[in-house]
Amino acid sequence: MQEYFPILLFAAVGTFIAMVMLAIPMLVNPLRKTGTKLSTYECGFEEFDSPRKPFDVRFYLVAILFIVFDLEVAFLFPWAMALQDIPWYGFFSMMLFLIILTVGFVYEWKKGALEWE
Amino acid sequence: MPNLIALLTTPEAIYLATTLLYIFLIALPVLGAMAYLTWAERKVLGWMHLRHGPMHVGWFGLLQPIADAVKLMFKEPFVPGNASKIVFLLAPVMVFVPSLIAWAVMPFGPNPFTGEHMILADINLGVLYLLAVSSLSVYGILMAGWSSNSKYPFLGAVRSGAQMVSYEVSMGLIILSVILLAGSMNLNKIILAQQTVWFIIPAFPAFVMFVISILAECNRAPFDLPEAEAELVAGYNVEYGSMPFALFFLGEYIAMITMSAFTAILFLGGWLPPLDIMPFTLIPGFIWFILKIGVILFIMLWARATLPRFRYDQLMRLGWKIFLPASLIWLILTATAVKLLGNFGV
Repeated sequence: MQEYFPILLFAAVGTFIAMVMLAIPMLVNPLRKTGTKLSTYECGFEEFDSPRKPFDVRFYLVAILFIVFDLEVAFLFPWAMALQDIPWYGFFSMMLFLIILTVGFVYEWKKGALEWE
Repeated sequence: MPNLIALLTTPEAIYLATTLLYIFLIALPVLGAMAYLTWAERKVLGWMHLRHGPMHVGWFGLLQPIADAVKLMFKEPFVPGNASKIVFLLAPVMVFVPSLIAWAVMPFGPNPFTGEHMILADINLGVLYLLAVSSLSVYGILMAGWSSNSKYPFLGAVRSGAQMVSYEVSMGLIILSVILLAGSMNLNKIILAQQTVWFIIPAFPAFVMFVISILAECNRAPFDLPEAEAELVAGYNVEYGSMPFALFFLGEYIAMITMSAFTAILFLGGWLPPLDIMPFTLIPGFIWFILKIGVILFIMLWARATLPRFRYDQLMRLGWKIFLPASLIWLILTATAVKLLGNFGV
């Protein structure tokens, strides 16, 4: 774990830099709050309705697909590292897994989960 | 007092001090490079449009980034009344910090004086770390869009999140094919595996897909849908001003440099000279690394000047229906070839 310590320290330094940058304008500039300034931006209009509205379900679908495929990528990393050490049996086991995944991918393609019009 | 001196000269304290020194030696040039990337972007875009770009602040407009930083510093940092204040202020930090700490694992090549490798954290999972950290900034963008409590930021953030995760899958698969070629996830070992031939030659299709994917991952033109000025005004950062806005800007541009460096490491041999012969080897490794980063960055700027913006359905179609199957096929081809012929590993 020794080699991970500089990363932790780097994260601390980065956070410190960001906090300083956030603090500078708060310290040097006077805050003059007015109602119009604090209101939500909507191209010069009063806000029509709340922004907390439902959004397209396809964004949610993309997130779910992403989880499936990213898990697959995470699953492939150890296999890719060990490919020289495992026999062809190991190679074809992963191919079988990829074929099953491709069947699912083809299904969702045909179902129209990837369509955006 | 002697106690203090004893405390400051313990091996731990010296280790801490040198590590901090190295961190600043990396972070400050990265921040400077980011400042001048904004200048270079405007200059390159200007020249491609047959304009001059920034001209008036300093010689060749070279002081323009500093003037911009000072201007943003003296803006009023108000928080919109409807916003969720804590999340609103944390979001820029969440974008800025991950893009900066990605530089903790960058290999800068052998030190020209001592010959040892200059790398702050030589971890074996370097590739995985870069992939993970570069995708963390999507949280900051979603936080910004949600906490602004306003329509345009919200839509921009949702678009941006969907776009970034879509291209991350094919990016992961392309990176896997490079790992197969190099036989290691350590960034330095991946570079050393390219001593015979840079991976851009055996893996040229993967290189092309990777460069296009990093454009999408960094929300750059032609994939700058989240910031589509014409429809969403500026996307997730509409409600931001002053330094919080500058942090988003910093985060995005540092991410551009990081992804260019990642491309240089994976495909262009990182700090290796183009040929292992005399005039090239005289130039220290980190100069080559910077030059390669510059080339990839220029391609990114060039794309912005040349290509029209994608529509959202085209973007998703390219990500899921073209890049995902293509990178999967490329991975299987690479795996078969590596299994039959062996890899380039050292």
